Amino acid sequence: MTNLVDLTISSLRQLLDQREVSSVEVTRAYLERIEAIDPKIKAYLTVTGQQAMEAAMAADEYMASGKTAPLTGIPLGIKDVICTKGVPTTCASRMLEGFIPPYDATLMERLNGQHAIMLGKLNMDEFAMGSSTENSAFFPTHNPWDPKRIPGGSSGGSAAAVAARLCAGSFGSDTGGSIRQPASHCGVVGIKPTYGRISRFGLIAFASSLDQIGPIARDVTDCAILLEAASGHDPKDSTSVNRPVPSYTGALKEGLKGLRIGIPREYFIPGMDPEVEEAIRKGVSALEGQGAEIIDISLPHTEFAVATYYIIAPAEASSNLSRYDGVKYGFRAEGYRDLLEMYTATRSTGFGPEVKRRIMVGTYCLSAGYYDAYYKKASKVRTLITRDFQDAFARCDCIAAPVAPTPAFKLGEKKDDPLQMYLSDIFTIPVNLAGIPGISVPCGFSSEGLPIGMQLMAGHFQEETILKVAYNLELALGKIKDWPEI
Amino acid sequence: MARGIDMARIHKDEVGHVARLARLTFSQEELEGLTNQLNDILTYIGKLEELDTAEIEPTTHALKLTNYFRRDEKGRSLSVDEALSNAPQRENGAFVVPRII
Repeated sequence: MTNLVDLTISSLRQLLDQREVSSVEVTRAYLERIEAIDPKIKAYLTVTGQQAMEAAMAADEYMASGKTAPLTGIPLGIKDVICTKGVPTTCASRMLEGFIPPYDATLMERLNGQHAIMLGKLNMDEFAMGSSTENSAFFPTHNPWDPKRIPGGSSGGSAAAVAARLCAGSFGSDTGGSIRQPASHCGVVGIKPTYGRISRFGLIAFASSLDQIGPIARDVTDCAILLEAASGHDPKDSTSVNRPVPSYTGALKEGLKGLRIGIPREYFIPGMDPEVEEAIRKGVSALEGQGAEIIDISLPHTEFAVATYYIIAPAEASSNLSRYDGVKYGFRAEGYRDLLEMYTATRSTGFGPEVKRRIMVGTYCLSAGYYDAYYKKASKVRTLITRDFQDAFARCDCIAAPVAPTPAFKLGEKKDDPLQMYLSDIFTIPVNLAGIPGISVPCGFSSEGLPIGMQLMAGHFQEETILKVAYNLELALGKIKDWPEI
Repeated sequence: MARGIDMARIHKDEVGHVARLARLTFSQEELEGLTNQLNDILTYIGKLEELDTAEIEPTTHALKLTNYFRRDEKGRSLSVDEALSNAPQRENGAFVVPRII
């Protein structure tokens, strides 16, 4: 029998339901692999071994009583930005070191309701701010395809853990590309659903008009399974949308005949890695071979997306992160004389450099006299970017483009140049600004053996379309490469 | 063109002012590095001034949503102990902070 950790969620489901393996066996296999391999990858901030084994026993009992659900007994990893009752949730920040949420995020309630298994909490850029996971206050995560390289970010732990077979699937969050960019760099599938598709109750807030939870998986089918389990309205999150959840797995197998895929010329820019462009072009040809019609489109305001994002996201973050004041939870500095000094010392010591930088940018953009010039201006350009997509989707059903301009870069390469780091999100940010769904699906490798992902985008609540196209790409390309040896 | 943002490149004393607003403090050396980085970032985002947006409505929410109201019913909430369980300092069912008055 093949190694349990190499199996997809859909294969594990069959084996579990046919009683060929137990959740305890699968969970133990993952925990053993984490112990052996994770010191090289460093995907996990917390491993909840004992709870996982107890949950696996409960899942086996649940199945023995004749019940099952799509994720029953399946071991998953959770980005450390999602609150887990009784389990430390740090956002990879000193500010929340030792914070133990007294409640579960709605996502966790849904997963627990299905008797899914949580293996632990995954590393990330501090407060989800970053594109490399190097901003974690604890340690960087390494790319399973090349440990000298970054896994992407901010959900770098979530993507690396899936690629390194340290969990069967994971959840991350995506504010400007934080699921899709690491999925692309780690050769796995990651979807940022439509804004409002998955409840954010218990997701620690970064930029509230952009943040969205989403899954990362080994293949498109697994990604659809995880998305289906997580989606749906939640009375505790008034931005979650009250709209039926379709069968995402059911939608996969429809063909691409008659489907129009738009290729935006603004996503093929000078300075982009030619190997990325070549991989995307080949992937697009493969989709054409599957019956899709390929058309050229334009998203004319693309070049303004990063600037728009780096006003809106820091502005919202500066407001959201004002709650970290050393009073209610988390870190409190010592050696203060009064309340103001306590706030200032706590925040200055507890936050890392990138978080402080973004709080500064956001505070400045919202400060007296600058609001109209920055935040209001950016909100207007956001309208133009959204309209670009609306116009494009009048002509095509789906847009195909690169996820990132280059494959994974080296650890340390961009760490001291914030603006260069920001530009690595150039192709993923527009999706968040427009609130539409986007997926990253593997479509090739660079000559150095690094994965390259294709990004597929569609209109609001058209997750079925991008999943179907991604599934067809996966079929057309076949198995691209074996998982990396670690 | 481009009043406002072009003029608004930030100086070190202004960075200090923003830091006070944000309840952050920086060493002189940090402040200098930060001023340079903020200038790079603000210059880059100043690119938006190229666009005429006079007639454009700002986006406040990505979806056209109507407010969702739930019934005003009593539900379970955290106990005082649970709510205080992560407080750096607590006493008699309350958060403790330095004297204010």
